[in-house]
Amino acid sequence: MNPLWHLTLARFREFYREPAALFWVYGFPLILAFVLGLAFSEKPVPASNVDVVLDLNLEVAESLRAKLANDPALKVAVNDEATCLKRLRTSKTDAIVVPRPGSTPDHEYLFDATRSESVLARNAADRALLRAASQAPAPIETPVTEPGGRYIDFLIPGLLGMNLLGGGLFGVGFAVGDMRVRKLLKRFQATPMRRTDFMLSLMLSRLVFTLIDIALLLGFAYLAFGVRVRGNPVVFAVLVATGGACFAGIGLLLGSRARTMETIAGLVNAVMLPMYVLSGVFFSASRFPEEMQWFVQALPLTALNDALRAVMNDGASWETLPYPMLILGLWGTISFALALRIFRWR
Amino acid sequence: MTPAIRVRGLVKTYPARPPVEAVRSLDLEVRVGECFGLLGPNGAGKTTTLEIIEGLLDPTAGEVEVLGLKWGTNDTEIRSKIGISLQETRLSDKLTVRETVTLFRSFYATGLTPDEAIACVSLEEKARSYVDKLSGGQRQRLAVATALVGDPELLFLDEPTTGLDPQSRRQLWDVIRAIKERGRTVIVTTHYMDEAERLCDRVAVIDQGKVIALGTPAELIAQVGGEHVIDLDIDPASGARPSAADLAALPTVNSVREDGDRITLTAGEPHRALPALLDLVRAAGVKIAGLTTRTATLEDVFVTLTGRHLRSD
Repeated sequence: MNPLWHLTLARFREFYREPAALFWVYGFPLILAFVLGLAFSEKPVPASNVDVVLDLNLEVAESLRAKLANDPALKVAVNDEATCLKRLRTSKTDAIVVPRPGSTPDHEYLFDATRSESVLARNAADRALLRAASQAPAPIETPVTEPGGRYIDFLIPGLLGMNLLGGGLFGVGFAVGDMRVRKLLKRFQATPMRRTDFMLSLMLSRLVFTLIDIALLLGFAYLAFGVRVRGNPVVFAVLVATGGACFAGIGLLLGSRARTMETIAGLVNAVMLPMYVLSGVFFSASRFPEEMQWFVQALPLTALNDALRAVMNDGASWETLPYPMLILGLWGTISFALALRIFRWR
Repeated sequence: MTPAIRVRGLVKTYPARPPVEAVRSLDLEVRVGECFGLLGPNGAGKTTTLEIIEGLLDPTAGEVEVLGLKWGTNDTEIRSKIGISLQETRLSDKLTVRETVTLFRSFYATGLTPDEAIACVSLEEKARSYVDKLSGGQRQRLAVATALVGDPELLFLDEPTTGLDPQSRRQLWDVIRAIKERGRTVIVTTHYMDEAERLCDRVAVIDQGKVIALGTPAELIAQVGGEHVIDLDIDPASGARPSAADLAALPTVNSVREDGDRITLTAGEPHRALPALLDLVRAAGVKIAGLTTRTATLEDVFVTLTGRHLRSD
């Protein structure tokens, strides 16, 4: 008849008996990881498109075309000048080679300096023509891809962080808000139930949901993409648990007073969405300008994501822990303490 | 003997412009072992009063003693001795009846077993059903079971039968009577007059945050002057109307009330009042559409005291 056990058990039962919730919490992140993993799976850079202008000098144009076509990294087309220019403008081709018979060298490049494909195509074409001109043999090229440096390796730790954030904010904030709206909190308040048992049951159930969540996502990432935790697994577990607890604290704060689900949804989104963008889930947080970095780096999700990446991809160990533990600890403790102070049971 | 509840000069004012005075200097005393009814229209202050007694709301002023204990010093002790069924609590849909009762049982050091509490409200057959599969009446009985499972000395039921069909209401009444027979004190709020008359040993009628009448249902009915009521419906086409003074002068008539085309008299002895009334009506040339006599109810008490009906909605 332990109240903490029964409160926690009730949270589990309410959760796993709601199939829709199961899907959104556990199914959706897997689908997201799968789709993003496929979309960004490592494919060789596609061949560059290069157009040769044919109406100036047919002979030179044909010789240029033949030299360019020798390079497997190039797809060559021959068109009149107007068509070439139009194709470049509409990105149908990436660069234009214009024959200049009589001058040295006998051609000129037209390309769009703001488009990386275009710059790439100009470089590839130039390399092909230079190699054709020189007699020296080309060096051997061996492509190398290592797990750990792919986009999916970058993405999975970010998704783990995002899941911990979403789980904590929605899982705890919504649960508390829902119980307040249903007047269940008020009903509990009228019993001798210890307040700490109630709060602990929220945290405990959240911790277990989170562990299942992380295990599923990691297992999936390993099976589908070969993503692994390269660093110290204990450090990894400590990070996940601390992150989960921190976000549960923030979730409790967001749900501590609101009287409608709309308010909570607004608060949760207001906290969550900026972090999804700023904290390096889908792309590195270091891309934001220097003046913003103090803010970006102080966000709990940034600290967690960076540390998860360091442990998973760079094989880091205990030395990564102090900074994220400090940031997550501060956010979590302050939120939790504040939530307990302002918590409204009715 | 310590009363189950003693309330003195209770005031609850909600900050607003102008401030809302939900309860204005209310006194109450509930005896151990009785079923006490708080009666009044919506917004009279019943629920506010109850929630202050239950320790869910802080009073603006006044004294509250529950089982001889005071909120603020003996909170946990009081909470372990009272059981509460609130208005509009939605218990978790995806827990079964037994799981819900077991959860509430875990909050109390002593009490009934969950199955005993479920048996008290006759929900044995639904013990394994999810809450969202229960009817409204079954949910209310489950709410009462969660209030009973700690084996409270004092049970609060806030509008337990509101919105239920007649059969479900009767089932709940049986549950409440059984609790009372076990020597527990029960406090019920309701705006159903018949409910208060059938269930309650004593009733406090509350209006605009004050107790306006207190006593057994029979005492209250006697207070308004006679247990019998005569309703006289005048034909709307009738030009003539009997005067209130003439009606009041009829033998054994204690009060006269006009409400549109209906005139309601209370009378001590209807067999004497009725013939005289009919003579008066005939002599005055009044056309009547109907005439009924019935036993006075708490509804009549309320209307007599306030001039308003309990359920004006």
